[in-house]
Amino acid sequence: MPMVNLIIDGKKVQAEKDTPLLKVARSYGADIPTLCHHDILEPYGACRLCVVEVVRGKRSRIVTSCNYPAQEGIEVKTKTDRVVQTRRMVLEWLLGRCSEVPLIQDLARQYGITESRFGKGKETCILCGMCVRVCNEVVGAHALTFSSRGADRTVSVPFDSEPEACIGCGSCAFVCPTGHIAVEDHSGRKVLHHESRLGPYKPIATPFMQAVPNKPRIDPETCIHFKTGGCKVCATVCEPRAIDHSMKESVEEVDVGAIIVSTGFQLFDCSRMKAFGHGVLPNVVSSLEFENLCHASGPTGGKVLMENGETPKSVAILHCVGSRDTHYNEWCSRVCCMYSLKYAHLIHEKTGAQVYQLYIDMRCPGKGYEQFYRRLMKEGVIFIRGKGAEVTRVAETPEEKGKLVVKTEDTLLGMVRRIPVDMVVLAAGMEPGRDAKDLGRILSISCGDTGFYTEKHPKLGPVSTATDGIFLAGACQGPKDIPDTVAQGGAAAMNVLALIDNGVVEIEPITAWIDETKCSGCKTCFAVCPYKALSYDAEKKTSVVNEALCKGCGSCVATCPSGASEQRGFRDSQIFAELEGALLTPIGAGG
Amino acid sequence: MANQTFEPRIIGFLCRWCTYTGADLAGTSRIQYPPNVIPIRVMCSGRVDPTFVIKALVEGADGVLIGGCHPGDCHYSVGNYRCWGRFNLLLKLLDQFGIERDRVRLEWISASEGDRYAQVVGEITETVRKLGPLNWKEKVIAKEAAA
Repeated sequence: MPMVNLIIDGKKVQAEKDTPLLKVARSYGADIPTLCHHDILEPYGACRLCVVEVVRGKRSRIVTSCNYPAQEGIEVKTKTDRVVQTRRMVLEWLLGRCSEVPLIQDLARQYGITESRFGKGKETCILCGMCVRVCNEVVGAHALTFSSRGADRTVSVPFDSEPEACIGCGSCAFVCPTGHIAVEDHSGRKVLHHESRLGPYKPIATPFMQAVPNKPRIDPETCIHFKTGGCKVCATVCEPRAIDHSMKESVEEVDVGAIIVSTGFQLFDCSRMKAFGHGVLPNVVSSLEFENLCHASGPTGGKVLMENGETPKSVAILHCVGSRDTHYNEWCSRVCCMYSLKYAHLIHEKTGAQVYQLYIDMRCPGKGYEQFYRRLMKEGVIFIRGKGAEVTRVAETPEEKGKLVVKTEDTLLGMVRRIPVDMVVLAAGMEPGRDAKDLGRILSISCGDTGFYTEKHPKLGPVSTATDGIFLAGACQGPKDIPDTVAQGGAAAMNVLALIDNGVVEIEPITAWIDETKCSGCKTCFAVCPYKALSYDAEKKTSVVNEALCKGCGSCVATCPSGASEQRGFRDSQIFAELEGALLTPIGAGG
Repeated sequence: MANQTFEPRIIGFLCRWCTYTGADLAGTSRIQYPPNVIPIRVMCSGRVDPTFVIKALVEGADGVLIGGCHPGDCHYSVGNYRCWGRFNLLLKLLDQFGIERDRVRLEWISASEGDRYAQVVGEITETVRKLGPLNWKEKVIAKEAAA
């Protein structure tokens, strides 16, 4: 586009021909208010706030700068009395229509208007049309429209009924300047404990503050472009042009010499224990959900709140949910006592609520842990030695009405107790990941009976596995906390570095070999070798073992019809010798 | 000293990665079980040649136990499947020899199943005890030599 010369507020400037004056003036520092303008939308000229005075030749006119094109030789004045008067009129009208909308009140105040002679309307929609335009132009769902004309003009949905076309993206709520359109929960909940945040997720966002890499990513499930083919606003506004919607998942093959498995754990699903009502009763949350609630980037910005948005006055924390339980997981999950104490402390700090801690044993090994436990006792946490048996909403006394009642046997007092509280936190245990077994098959490492990966030796080889070159680190090997995981990570890394540093790879000494004089070249052994370590020597017409690939399983040895294949250390003659010796030994004396 | 209960002699070909380690675990866990199985370690149940079983029975064993990793979990990925196939054919061979099938047993026991190993040893000991001594040398070889 060719450049044109124009004057803005007395200054000579240049701009691309036909650029809206609003953009040009703002780029030179002019302060022009708008209500219906958005960078991603086509200009509409609805609010009339962006008006400026334009002198062309001998004529001077008031125009909306958002859609007036820059032309050669015009003069633009953004702050003349005429302009200011026009804006004041617009704002007084708007204030008369929407007298209680803070945005309008603020703008009006800036232009010296605190009251409107046109009344005190309670309307919240300013008819800017941004919701309609974003739904039509950007999203492409066409679920919103203007209807009626003049004083009856309103934003509505086709036929005033729930629009099928709406994809629930929330863009209308996002662009609405007054909050007239809002995203709310059907059942009136103010805080959703079981999800990260209220309303639809932003399709493009950095997953959480500490994500690595710390960059936004697009969720194809919720991205509007993948639903309607439209939008791509993110790609439009991204200056370095870093966004590419056409990227596809790709499978990459990487050749490595060692693998560290640190696939973590999965949290026990509290809804399996029906007695606690997780997922059914309000304000019953799992430990991870509570962690999310307390987090600064969580749904409430870190405030501990109940579903109705209020602060709880009493909270019960139930230990060992799914752990130390023959019906679910027998093991102790190691971290729950300590994080439960942490929550008790956080609740006390953030809300001053009364905390009841229902435990079987308090497991506080580690530096400073016991001292922390004692501190909590001093802070007024009530420790009850008894596993939580039930959480119910059925009140038996007036104090229990409207509360969650936690039923437990207090084993120190020797009596069954009912404790009414506002909120219940379930200290859920750690379980092996859902696909741990499948991954184990692929890597040929085994899971123990608990489902966590089996280490080479429980004491002396905590990060190695039976398979050379594959190491473990973290909770996939067993429940553990962060310091232990970090230690294991370091240990596994060192093991790998040792392998690399060695410069040579030690191979099994118990490999197989083929006696050329006996081999008939039948190639039966090829079929049974899991490592493709056997190949055919066309000259000699016999099989040959690749000793670097042979792992010494002996399958070819047992298969060979001629007895040509033998295994070092496990030759037939050696095993027969063992047999002989074994059968000579009296029962109970050997073996 | 009359009427001593017959103590069967059972050879166990145990795979080093699973069953042999499981037997080890039974030991470190101090589980009590009969001493009648004499373990012979192989790297994989896939190494077990059916001739080992025949040789064991011929040389004086009353029963044979083969122990390997659970299907799908073999340390060498498919070795235990090789063993399984051979074992099924071996059973047919034993029928032809007139050796009771119950004298030999193929069992999948993993490294963490110490108690299972003990249980299996107990079971095969009792089964073979009821079947009585095989006495191949007397019953077959000596007879043939005499004939």
